[in-house]
Amino acid sequence: MEKTLYTLIVYSENIAGLLNQITAVFTRRQINIESLNVSASSIKGVHKYTITAWIDEENIKKIVSQIEKKIDVLQAHYFTDDEIFSHEIALYKLSTPVLEKDPRVSALIRRYNARVVEVNPTYSALEKDGATEDIISLHDELQKLGCVLQFVRSGRIALTKSCVERVNEFLADREARYLQHKNEKA
Amino acid sequence: MKELITGAEALMRSLEHQGVKTLFGYPGGSIMPVFDALYDHRSTLHHILVRHEQGATHAAQGFARTSGQVGVCLVTSGPGATNTITGIADAMIDSTPIVVIAGQVGTAFLGSDAFQEVDLVGITQPISKWSYQIRRAEDVPYAVARAFYIAASGRPGPVVLDFAKNAQVEKIEYEPLSIDFVRSYVPVPDTDSMSVIRAAEYINKAKKPLVLAGQGVELGGAQDELRRFIEKAQLPVGCTLLGLSVLSSEHPLNMGMLGMHGNLATNVKTNECDVLIAVGMRFDDRVTGNLATYARQAKVIHFDIDPSEINKNVKADVAVLGDCKQTLRAVTELLVPTDHKEWIASFEPYRRKEMEKVIEPEIHPAAGPLNMGEVVRAVSEAAHHEAVLVTDVGQNQMMSARYFKYTRNRSIVTSGGLGTMGFGLPAAVGATFAVPDRTVCVFMGDGGLQMNLQELGTVMEQKAPVKMILLNNNYLGNVRQWQAMFFHRRYSFTPMLNPDYMKIAEAYGIPSRRVIDRADLHAAIAEMLTTDGPFFLEACVVEEGNVLPMTPPGNSVDEMLLEC
Ligand SMILES: Cc1ncc(C[n+]2csc(CCOP(=O)(O)OP(=O)(O)O)c2C)c(N)n1
Ligand SMILES: [Mg+2]
Repeated sequence: MEKTLYTLIVYSENIAGLLNQITAVFTRRQINIESLNVSASSIKGVHKYTITAWIDEENIKKIVSQIEKKIDVLQAHYFTDDEIFSHEIALYKLSTPVLEKDPRVSALIRRYNARVVEVNPTYSALEKDGATEDIISLHDELQKLGCVLQFVRSGRIALTKSCVERVNEFLADREARYLQHKNEKA
Repeated sequence: MKELITGAEALMRSLEHQGVKTLFGYPGGSIMPVFDALYDHRSTLHHILVRHEQGATHAAQGFARTSGQVGVCLVTSGPGATNTITGIADAMIDSTPIVVIAGQVGTAFLGSDAFQEVDLVGITQPISKWSYQIRRAEDVPYAVARAFYIAASGRPGPVVLDFAKNAQVEKIEYEPLSIDFVRSYVPVPDTDSMSVIRAAEYINKAKKPLVLAGQGVELGGAQDELRRFIEKAQLPVGCTLLGLSVLSSEHPLNMGMLGMHGNLATNVKTNECDVLIAVGMRFDDRVTGNLATYARQAKVIHFDIDPSEINKNVKADVAVLGDCKQTLRAVTELLVPTDHKEWIASFEPYRRKEMEKVIEPEIHPAAGPLNMGEVVRAVSEAAHHEAVLVTDVGQNQMMSARYFKYTRNRSIVTSGGLGTMGFGLPAAVGATFAVPDRTVCVFMGDGGLQMNLQELGTVMEQKAPVKMILLNNNYLGNVRQWQAMFFHRRYSFTPMLNPDYMKIAEAYGIPSRRVIDRADLHAAIAEMLTTDGPFFLEACVVEEGNVLPMTPPGNSVDEMLLEC
């Protein structure tokens, strides 16, 4: 089956050890994680995981249901690129002598709209944000000119384009049903 | 001021609050405060000292599987905890509710490679439903309440509590706590009413329906609902290994067992039916054989409580999520009574063929040494088909599952998903505490018995009324059969040199008898069943017997071998 770069968004309770449990779902099925970002979400006590992987649709569905099955996971959903706003940032450490000698390096930096954040006689540091493909292709071109000392990507972060906030709805629904269940018992 | 108690005492009260009456365990350094507290609760919390922590987990599984309640284990840190791993993994794959409470070094020592420290939460996360470290005494009521709720609700499973030693001795004010809500956890998914309607439509239109009943029916307590469902529309049923007792073996619609060593008719008909109705089963590869050719012609309806089972192995045309006690009822209401006479009659030639080629020669051999199947059937009959069957793993397991008969709910305890040799004896011990009014028979091989042989000590001490039947073929028979069939009879390390089991039984003070001749079989079984308390019966069976029929690995379900 055809592989797509899917973005998985997972919301969970803030509990130690959950990252392990989520990544284990991928490793067990021999699927490589392309990028992974974990941060607090806008809901107090809830963490958000943004994960990308090249995978086919049948398998991403299985992965999502296996992740959602974890007791402390609230929700997991998968998205294609047209369903999300996504962003990524990268840092590049370049050799200053090469940069000064070869004018093609500066041309690339301008063409890709990267920002120079530090220059000293030994190295220069660049910062670039935007789409993953641009970040990678700038790296590949700089690499060809032989000036890259270090390179790092932040991993993708993403927001859904949908007008519905599914986690908020899920939590509200869970609380409402619990209260109803308690009242019925009382 | 309120009374202050230790975390260990809080654990005792929390267990009592959960209604626990029986636990299986083994003490050690990091759990000593808990065992000390237990000393004062001996009259309410009946603790059974096993002889190995693996035995504690399987005993808890046997207890849970026969009673429907949560089985509880209490062990120390390090090796005590790692000895429970097999049982936890077994309970996970077979959806058995157990709670394993293990000691842990004090939080100040965590991560320092302290004496008997292992990262139990890290080790058990992938093989448990939930795993949690109790670091403070005040977390005890919450952790225990959550553990029992998670273990028992929805699709059941094992829960691990890793209890740091400092939390066992710190003092807190105790307040009993119950939990029946965890916001991130949906134990029973909503049922889509459209799925109920569509399932009924498919079944009403079906000319050749086949129901596959699994352990989910037993776990959901939906045996009666299943019966009404199949009787209303006359739907023939095949049962999975773990689901064998969800429908009486004598029920006219029960067509037998599914899977690699199941019955011929149910397997062949799987690839002939037009609507396949799976209830609380997970299409394990031992059931489906080659997936690429499995029931391709059929519309598939899948009833399950676990959404992650839907489309995992077999694509469902209709998924009926929810508790099968409710969903079966809802679908049954919409069914049109039918008889499917011809379809049901079409199972008969296959049943007869298997009877003639396999079953009759197995249970009524003309001469030669005892067969496993004849011993099993004779025990089942002598116990009026009302006993609980516990099995070990191997040929003895398949033979006892096939030839035992089931007339009561929750009557089979076997290690299905993990196939754990050594499961049988401790699981049977656990079952005797769960259902003291029932006869518990465990069938074991000479290999598997020796994997947890030490539990004879538990049987002795507890006078646990386990009827132990050793089907001794002097081989790791199951592996030997595969070597015969697929490895040119090269019996690489499968002959088993056995000890004198009568002397072993005698050493433990357990009444015993060895049967070699067919003529002695019935009297020996009668002696076993009429003797109060435990009994050890060794049946010396044919050495190179084979379990048949068989769907060799990679074959389609309708390509079963009747001989080999
Ligand atoms: C712990 C464990 N180790 C190994 C196996 C592989 N295995 C499956 S069946 C079997 C042979 C069992 O021999 P025995 O207990 O004598 O039973 P028999 O098949 O002869 O009835 C073996 C080794 C297993 N299932 N479990
Ligand atoms: Mg054997």
